[in-house]
Amino acid sequence: MPKRDLISIEDLSRADVELILDTAESFLPVLERDIKKVPTLRGRTIINLFWEASTRTSSSFDLAAKRLSADTLALKASGSAVEKGETLKDTAITLSAYSPDIIVMRHPSAGACQTLSANTEASVINAGDGKHQHPTQCLLDLFSMRQNLGRDLHGLRVFIIGDILHSRVARSDIMGFRMLGVEVTLVAPPTLMPRGIEEMGVKVEYDLANLKDADVIYLLRIQKERIKAGANYLPSLREYSALYGISRARLRPGQRVMHPGPINRGVEIAADIADDDENLIAHQVFSGLAVRMAILYRTIVGYSDGAASGEVL
Amino acid sequence: MQRTWSKSGPAADLLIKGGRVVDPAAGIDAAQDVLVTKGKVTQLGKELKPGKSTRVFDARDMLVLPGFVDLHAHLRTPGREDEEDVATGSRAAAAGGYVAIFAMANTDPAVDTATILRGLIETARAEAAIPVGFFAAVTRGLAGEQLTEMGELGAAGAVGFSDDGRPLATATLTRRALQYVKVSGRFVAVHAQDDSLFTGGQMHEGRVSARLGLTGIPSLCESLDVSRTLDIAEYEDAAVHICHVSTAASLAAIERARARGVRVTAEVTPHHLTLNDEAIAALDPNFKMNPPLRAESDRKALVAALKSGLLDCVATDHAPHAAEEKDVPFEEAPFGCTGLETAFSVLYGELVASKALDLGTLVTRMSTAPARIAGFDAPSVSPGAVADLCVVDPQAQWTVSAAGLQSRSFNSPWLGHQLTAKVKLTLAAGRVAWEDLA
Repeated sequence: MPKRDLISIEDLSRADVELILDTAESFLPVLERDIKKVPTLRGRTIINLFWEASTRTSSSFDLAAKRLSADTLALKASGSAVEKGETLKDTAITLSAYSPDIIVMRHPSAGACQTLSANTEASVINAGDGKHQHPTQCLLDLFSMRQNLGRDLHGLRVFIIGDILHSRVARSDIMGFRMLGVEVTLVAPPTLMPRGIEEMGVKVEYDLANLKDADVIYLLRIQKERIKAGANYLPSLREYSALYGISRARLRPGQRVMHPGPINRGVEIAADIADDDENLIAHQVFSGLAVRMAILYRTIVGYSDGAASGEVL
Repeated sequence: MQRTWSKSGPAADLLIKGGRVVDPAAGIDAAQDVLVTKGKVTQLGKELKPGKSTRVFDARDMLVLPGFVDLHAHLRTPGREDEEDVATGSRAAAAGGYVAIFAMANTDPAVDTATILRGLIETARAEAAIPVGFFAAVTRGLAGEQLTEMGELGAAGAVGFSDDGRPLATATLTRRALQYVKVSGRFVAVHAQDDSLFTGGQMHEGRVSARLGLTGIPSLCESLDVSRTLDIAEYEDAAVHICHVSTAASLAAIERARARGVRVTAEVTPHHLTLNDEAIAALDPNFKMNPPLRAESDRKALVAALKSGLLDCVATDHAPHAAEEKDVPFEEAPFGCTGLETAFSVLYGELVASKALDLGTLVTRMSTAPARIAGFDAPSVSPGAVADLCVVDPQAQWTVSAAGLQSRSFNSPWLGHQLTAKVKLTLAAGRVAWEDLA
């Protein structure tokens, strides 16, 4: 079986996406047991390379691999040979000597997964590369939506609000959401909206006038760099919050808020929403574990239906 | 004034038999034998007989063309001879059918004094397979601060002046350069780029960059500087050459300036004529160049402009990079691709074969036009001319491979691809510079 990478959501067909979500669902009972571990990937080796800070993604990949009984190895840029100037190619060659089955990588540069994949026999899973893609985030978002809003997402209306320009999450989500028939509207100030993004099959708006049409409101973090002097993406966080921040007062009943984290309280999201049980933010973190278990499992066992997940549990 | 140099060698005596000679400047497009005697074209005709010591080159089903001239190559010497030098770069050029090339000045150190230029000239005399000439820098160290001694550099043999790789960052600097270059009698070649619109740029800004999340380099980044440069050239009544034009908006600016009588010439690369930004999707660093591959609408406009003559010539922007520099994530890779060995094949295969461009026009844009901009007699396949010509097999299929290239680098977007048309023989300055034995 040729190795299968997951670098972009576009590496998956709709059937692949649905299979991953179904597989994740089949792992849920495992996560509810006292002993939250299955022997499925015993003897397999999974390396986590995080060249960029991460809480949710790195912890959930690590835990997902352990729940499946795989051996894991975690490396960060600080303290590794990267600090001594080793290239990604050489790191790939070095780690490949351990014959890992999967290398999960987060990297600040788009294209890093391609470089890694070209230099290893292991399957590469992209845990975020520059502003390019974050496909596992998209899959866990879909899973949370499916678990909370019904299995058929077709026709669901999602507003993605925030720094679209610099967001790998937005790009993966747009592709994955559209694949399952979700209607996507992007809202951002024009300075943070990529030119040409509407060709991805989304609506583009610069204010919240139509927010009432949303079933799901997906918020993106506003980084402080965007207001650095000379950047001129935003005049101030205060104005961003006033124009685009989401608080209870802006929502109608039934609208659900999602956020990939980490959140900036008081900027894109008001405390009354962040602390509200109705939001799906904590569920997204939970989904991250089940979905990443499913992705690791499918990457090693295969995407064919014959390898149905239930039978190996 | 001599402005190209090459190593010495025996003058060619050769009968090129049975080929189709296409030399638009001489008004020739016919099956003709070409007799070269002591490095000069001495006779064209049917069924020419070779002398006793004259070798016969069988050119049946092949094209015999005036040799190509490249106004824009990076030969990386001095400083990065691990990527390219005069010997390998000129051999790559010969293999691509070129009979003269001009190296840009953004070396390390930059070509910003007559001493450095004279050293390069000596190197070319010792190593160059075909005549090689040199641009000198507009500013010392390409730092954009202080003009080079253009008078002395021009007298020492610089073909022109360019800070290529870097724009002339301010209107004042552009103005002073266009004024002062007149002391040399040469011209300035401008890498048009508004740096404030470039910051962090990775690829053309448009639907593909939106999709990939790579920081865009807007077409405005180039066209704004083209417009400004041409306004300054008009004001100063100075000639100016625009390097590697990549956008339709720049073409519009050039067209407007031409209509006002501005003396502007402009070049375009083979990659901008044949590839578009969709090629970036796989994040292969060999497709990362500056200016970036643009939208398909830009590409089509460039082809139309090359056809009409709004764009004067093809120039390769041959930019070799060490394998380890390109074998990194796309966002970390340097800009640039090689082009000397693939230029004609790519343009013939993509544009002439598809009838987007006729062969005669392509030959003019690769040979006659760039030679005139450099201030040379155009290469010609007519009796009396020095033998500056190439023979091309238009049916030959070949695969671009690291091992098969003469260049020391292989960062080509066509690496691993099959191309149509292969240069089989190049005569430059009357000598056999390249013969394809494959």
